[in-house]
Amino acid sequence: MKKANRGNLPAAGLTLALIMVWQAAAMGMDAAYILPSPWQVLVRLWELRGPLFSAHLPATMAVVGVGLGISVVLGLGLAMLMDASPAAEKALYPLIVASQTIPTTALAPLFVLWFGYGLWSKVLVAVLITFFPIAITVFDGFRSVKTEMTELLFTFGASKRQIFWKLKLPAALPYFFSAIKMAIPLSVIGAAIGEWLGAQSGLGYFSRRMMTQLDGAGVFAPILLLSVAAMLLVAIVSMIEKRVITWRGQ
Amino acid sequence: MLTFKNVTFQYEADGFPTIDRLSFHVGRGEFVSVVGPSGCGKSTIFRLVNGLLSPERGEILVDGASIAGRKRYCGYMPQQDLLFPWRTVAENLRLPLEIQGGLSTVEMDARVERALEAVGLGAWGKKMPGELSGGMRQRAAFARTVLTGSQLLLLDEPFSALDYLTRLSMREWLLEQWERERKTVLFITHDVEEALFLSGRILAAEGTPITTLRSFPVPSGYPRSMETLRQPELLALKEELISMLRRNAG
Repeated sequence: MKKANRGNLPAAGLTLALIMVWQAAAMGMDAAYILPSPWQVLVRLWELRGPLFSAHLPATMAVVGVGLGISVVLGLGLAMLMDASPAAEKALYPLIVASQTIPTTALAPLFVLWFGYGLWSKVLVAVLITFFPIAITVFDGFRSVKTEMTELLFTFGASKRQIFWKLKLPAALPYFFSAIKMAIPLSVIGAAIGEWLGAQSGLGYFSRRMMTQLDGAGVFAPILLLSVAAMLLVAIVSMIEKRVITWRGQ
Repeated sequence: MLTFKNVTFQYEADGFPTIDRLSFHVGRGEFVSVVGPSGCGKSTIFRLVNGLLSPERGEILVDGASIAGRKRYCGYMPQQDLLFPWRTVAENLRLPLEIQGGLSTVEMDARVERALEAVGLGAWGKKMPGELSGGMRQRAAFARTVLTGSQLLLLDEPFSALDYLTRLSMREWLLEQWERERKTVLFITHDVEEALFLSGRILAAEGTPITTLRSFPVPSGYPRSMETLRQPELLALKEELISMLRRNAG
């Protein structure tokens, strides 16, 4: 613990230095509609706290939550299917990889056309970005199981199902947590992109609206909120991970 | 207890059989070691007995019945302890019982408790495997093998990863266990001294393919100590075995 804290000191110092450079540049430029200073962003965040926290943050978090939920179910399902059947792996793996070459951002306007300005067009963007790391990482987790351990269970007379529940699933758990930690920031980005392109609420939508009003600080405030929310979520997952995975690295 | 009848086995990648028309017999309650140059196919014999491999021709009998299609007729202990790092020591020992099913949790815990006591790990059940020393881990793995309930135990170089002094004490410990339980033990080792110390009889493989296992009864009763190994008959047998192995290793 102590070591980790000491390791964070340089990062904190660098962040502070960058913020100071930003502040100085913004003050030198003196054009808040192009580059607001960090201080102006914080002030704007405080002024806008009402709509941001009561309407737009919950809207975005709903997209992130539903999107992550669907991605976890879909990603785990695909990973389990590919693990259970080599034929499914052969059929699905290339498709899953190919799905990642689609520029989701470019397609997002179409999703808005198909699913409207509501929740689901944004959820689709978030899911498309996040199910991939979950499926592939968890699948790698299943494959990381030592052959010798599988064989040992086999000599105990274990069925395929028992081998899955008693060996593969716990062995893949650390991979699952890594996947979730990767997926959280991605789903936040996905939600923001979706909202930016067409929505009635959400932090991405709000940021864009401020853009049209040439309110530079108003553009940054919801983005700052978004990053902090993503970091908090990752921190929460890391805490759960530490409690659940006590054997990492053994 | 265990009978090989003209068993032939060949790995697909090889152009020659690893085991060719091999026949041998191990009686109930015997402690038999299999020695041979490394890579000669000793472990293949074990993998045929525990069902991880199937013979091309011939028949393997345990307790007078063919092993084809049977489960849980032998307990297999591999070189590595293969304790699952996410389970406590006690939970690891419970694995074979969980897989067999049909026992209440209370009964399973009671059996695990007794097995832990028997191997001198009574106080260690709640620890994680990572907290145990190498020798303790092997003892836990041995207890797990015994909990399969099989009368036939296959031990594949279980002490080869331990340091020399730990090995010495583990040998004595294993003999104590065997003298109490009188299960049939088939023990693979490349260490002739270890084989002499432990076994009532030594089966020596003379190279690949294994066509016969030469049987050498060890001219000494039990219990044994380090002194036993200095008896002239045992020293002579040791010389004979070593020179035979060296001849065939080249």
